[in-house]
Amino acid sequence: MLDKNGIAKRIAKEVRDGYYVNLGIGIPTLVANFVQEDISVEFQSENGVLGMGPFPFDGEEDADIINAGKQTITTLPGASFFDSALSFGMIRGKHVDLTILGAMEVAENGDIANWKIPGKMVKGMGGAMDLVASAENIIVAMMHTNKAGKSKLLKKCTLPLTGVGCVKKVVTNLAVMEIENGSFKLLECAPGVSVEEIVAATEGNLIVDGEIPEMIL
Amino acid sequence: MIRKVVSSAEEALQGVSSGMTFMLGGFGLCGIPENAITELVRLGVNDITCISNNAGVDDFGLGLLLQQKQIKKMISSYVGENDEFERQMLSGELEVELTPQGTLAEKCRAAQAGCPAFYTPAGYGTEVAEGKETREFNGKMYVLEPAYEADFAFVKAWKGDEAGNLIFKGTARNFNPCMCGAAKITVAEVEELVPAGELDPNAIHIPGIFVQRIFQGNAYEKRIEQRTVRSR
Repeated sequence: MLDKNGIAKRIAKEVRDGYYVNLGIGIPTLVANFVQEDISVEFQSENGVLGMGPFPFDGEEDADIINAGKQTITTLPGASFFDSALSFGMIRGKHVDLTILGAMEVAENGDIANWKIPGKMVKGMGGAMDLVASAENIIVAMMHTNKAGKSKLLKKCTLPLTGVGCVKKVVTNLAVMEIENGSFKLLECAPGVSVEEIVAATEGNLIVDGEIPEMIL
Repeated sequence: MIRKVVSSAEEALQGVSSGMTFMLGGFGLCGIPENAITELVRLGVNDITCISNNAGVDDFGLGLLLQQKQIKKMISSYVGENDEFERQMLSGELEVELTPQGTLAEKCRAAQAGCPAFYTPAGYGTEVAEGKETREFNGKMYVLEPAYEADFAFVKAWKGDEAGNLIFKGTARNFNPCMCGAAKITVAEVEELVPAGELDPNAIHIPGIFVQRIFQGNAYEKRIEQRTVRSR
């Protein structure tokens, strides 16, 4: 079974040379730490920067340079700043190659819910609805089950939706799955996790076709 | 050259009154019009509608207007990090319209550019699209979103000149350029106001035509919400 860093490490393998990538808050942010050093990738933050670098050294932080999580950041050579309309033009216009974000629930048809729990304080969707509605290549990083042990990979989302039919791939602490023709298709098992465990933890329809390889991290 | 300079926030906000709709630039606390917010608190106008991506924190940014209960309605994409906001929202004192961030930006830009509405895929099939016109283009569904209408836009830039030309810095740019010229009157406050001719025309982010009033801001706190650093 993977921890959050393990999930990030596996997703990092999906990042290819020349990709512009948008990382959501939480596990997706960790992906930047594991991208191969021999490929060129630029990270976009929807508040208006391409070419995000690591956090600044203590004392070098600049209030005018932050990421979408409102954290102080630095920029790398080749970086650029732009306004919010242009930033979402990049996203809506499908210029960003890969979007990685977290979710509370994903359904077998690719629906995603990650912004609102009825009865709890609603903080807002931020840029999530724009991102999921537009990106062609969306990977969801999440735990396979919630704290109560219930599956987060469902036949149908129970929470208010963020987007419909948009998720293509899900990487959890247990497995890598693709969404295909209204089903989750099991591609890889996490180290030490059996197919049976994954089947038991998945409420949505899960296709297990032949021998399932173990993830290479 | 058409001079846009006013001497103070007080002069810049003349004509502001209760019940109006304002656009305010900024993402989190980054690039917010600090001086205009302070003046709005001083003026004590109430029943206002604020179009702003976020709602500040309890004791800074739009949180200052929330403290004085001056805001009737917030139109934002994300409103966390603010206890007073949460209290007013749950008690029903404050009306909140949550809008996807890219849609919010484009609704400002559409107003600036004279487009009454636009189609976006964001929110299709979700509660955001409820009651809105939808339409299919090339096999994909889109939601019709109207441009905003506002009385004043308050923006903050890094440098500006007497002609109202603006240059922004870093990610403090965010919603500020999209809001310029998107309201009846745009008020720009800048960290550094220079004579016309000192800014390179090639480097201007927003031409002065979109700005009606510009003033030299002062005492910028530029508070950092999440100071995140690494060790050397």
